[in-house]
Amino acid sequence: MLHTLAVLVENNPGVLIRVAGLFTRRGYNIDSLTVCQTEDPELSRMTIVVNGDDQIIEQVRNQLSKLVVVHSVSDLTGESAVDRELALIRVQVSAETRSAVLQTVDIFRGRVVDMGRTNITVELTGDIPKIDAFVHAIQPYGLLELVRTGKVAILRSEA
Amino acid sequence: MSEERTGIKGATILLNALQQEGVDVIFGYPGGVLLPLYDALLDSPIRHVLGRHEQGVVFAADGYSRVTGKVGVCLGTSGPGATNLVTGIANAFLDSIPLVVLTGQVSTGSIGSDSFQEVDIIGITMPITKHSYLVKDPRDLPRIVKEAFYIARTGRPGPVLIDLPKDVLAQENVVPFSNEMKLKGYKVFGQANNGKIEEVAKVLSESRKPVLYAGGGVVTAGAEDVLRLFADKTAVPVVTTLMGIGSLPLEHPNSLGMVGMHGTVTANYAVDDCDLLIAVGVRFDDRVTSGMGHRFATKAKVIHIDIDPVEISKVVKTEIQIVGDARQVLAEILEALPGFANPDVTDWWNQLRDWREKNTIQYDKDRLTPPMVMECLGEIAGGDTIVTTDVGQHQMWAAQYYPTVNPRNYATSSGLGVMGYGLPAAVGAQIARPNDKVVLITGDGSFQMSIQELGTIAQNKLPVKIILLNNGVLGMVRQMQKMFYNERYSQIQLQGNPDFVKVAEAYGIRGISVNSAEQVRGALEEAFKHPGPVLVDITISEHENVLPMVPPGKDITEMIVR
Repeated sequence: MLHTLAVLVENNPGVLIRVAGLFTRRGYNIDSLTVCQTEDPELSRMTIVVNGDDQIIEQVRNQLSKLVVVHSVSDLTGESAVDRELALIRVQVSAETRSAVLQTVDIFRGRVVDMGRTNITVELTGDIPKIDAFVHAIQPYGLLELVRTGKVAILRSEA
Repeated sequence: MSEERTGIKGATILLNALQQEGVDVIFGYPGGVLLPLYDALLDSPIRHVLGRHEQGVVFAADGYSRVTGKVGVCLGTSGPGATNLVTGIANAFLDSIPLVVLTGQVSTGSIGSDSFQEVDIIGITMPITKHSYLVKDPRDLPRIVKEAFYIARTGRPGPVLIDLPKDVLAQENVVPFSNEMKLKGYKVFGQANNGKIEEVAKVLSESRKPVLYAGGGVVTAGAEDVLRLFADKTAVPVVTTLMGIGSLPLEHPNSLGMVGMHGTVTANYAVDDCDLLIAVGVRFDDRVTSGMGHRFATKAKVIHIDIDPVEISKVVKTEIQIVGDARQVLAEILEALPGFANPDVTDWWNQLRDWREKNTIQYDKDRLTPPMVMECLGEIAGGDTIVTTDVGQHQMWAAQYYPTVNPRNYATSSGLGVMGYGLPAAVGAQIARPNDKVVLITGDGSFQMSIQELGTIAQNKLPVKIILLNNGVLGMVRQMQKMFYNERYSQIQLQGNPDFVKVAEAYGIRGISVNSAEQVRGALEEAFKHPGPVLVDITISEHENVLPMVPPGKDITEMIVR
């Protein structure tokens, strides 16, 4: 099962390699990883999506916690968290398909951020199934390039 | 120019910070980028012991640490100096030995330019250090040194590396920052064990076939006295790992000896058949479980007590998990015991005694055999002598037969199994405890991996007694080729061996040669009577095998015993 781990780490050079190295060394697979600044300039936040059963995830969490540069690890999997991903998608268009493509973008609440003669670039935000669904829907028109940020997640506030 | 000179040199800040951590000795080897540090060392009260190879200095620091419980400190220059330390860092990491490893680095401005003797030692050692620092500003040195020692010795100990660029060491007139630690992310585990202690006491009192399985965590925590009390009070039989040797002496009535690949038959049967396994400070290493956690102690409820939460349920499924210091947890269990009945282990002990009677390996005491040498050495040197070993057959014979009574008197490379460890570890042990007897048990293969450290022994007049079991082959490899590769012997002959007695003598070290059983006792007595270092070169047969042995991939009860 996929788990989303939010890992608060020191904002120092070399921290990413310590975390990534741990995954390689122990044979855990990273599905996606994002690193960003936080409200505290001394800390960065890594959102790591990792695949594994409960025992593996427990091991991953414990191993991460052991790193001196890691301040905290929390599991943001399931109902208690909101997660989002951003994607930029370049789609082929022609006179015949243009309106159908734009309609699909509309249905998914995407935005066209760049428009050329033969292709358009769409910005789309949502949870992972939504982006997957859009990619699936747009594929028949000609998917030229796809960039996804990887998941970020945050805990829902209590009630 | 009238510049105000209130600061001091970077190297001096480092040495002062080390002194503040109680460092009395550094094992090291100089080099280009370390010149500012070696210059400052001349004015420091810290003793420096010059090795003959950087691998020797890190093993010496490791030996120093194992026999004192203190943090060992070693120093090597940039580039090859640093890479030569790598094996020793891995050794300390796998055995959870606290070290602070200092490496020289090229000047900060040159880092990344592939300059002379530059390597990224932080990158190279990342998987085998508990933590590491590249010092970019000499003002940070007091904090970094304090943090490094704190991280190295707390929780599950391990090696911490500090990489020191030349300009950081050479910078003059530095006013250092405070040494206040900034370790928000570092956690030392061990929490209140809500109700778990009582649960352990209850499960124990209901058990009919309990076994306590003790490892290096018991030694780290200094829990051997509590373990002994526990054994005396409960009559629970105790097996130890290689790392746990001495935590309960072999002659203690509850001791079943070592468990695992070369463990005793009784210990292995006991672990396989027990209904309760109390694992303390162990990590269910594959040399104990045969690499098959799912087939290990399958009839037992397993209680796992360890300081490192990562070890809990890593290999074996456990019923009760307690994260904490072995000494503290064992003491809490002892306190809870009076509320519960002692387990009825009468039948269990009858069974264990029966196994022991039927399966103790016999050897001919009149023949020159390794067990005979070990027992004779034990009688002459005594159980409280510090023993260091190398890696191979002799290491296992030492583990099986040497009567160590104090776990801090035993230094052996367990997890990494690194040949060449023993001699420099003996150097570190003897420097650490100059008034105690130190004996190295080694083989002719291992010995030659660090033979240059005889120079360190000679220079420092260290009265180490070197017991060399010399069979002219790489014995452990030979044994496995004999047992599992149809006696197809490949690359095990050491025909180019020197005359080790003459080698010793060339260093000014007394050498004694032993070729028959009658000579053993006399030679060992002479060695211990002599005030200086002695090498006793004992010729043994290459046909001697370490028994019992669990073949790779077999259950621990499937031992080869003859």
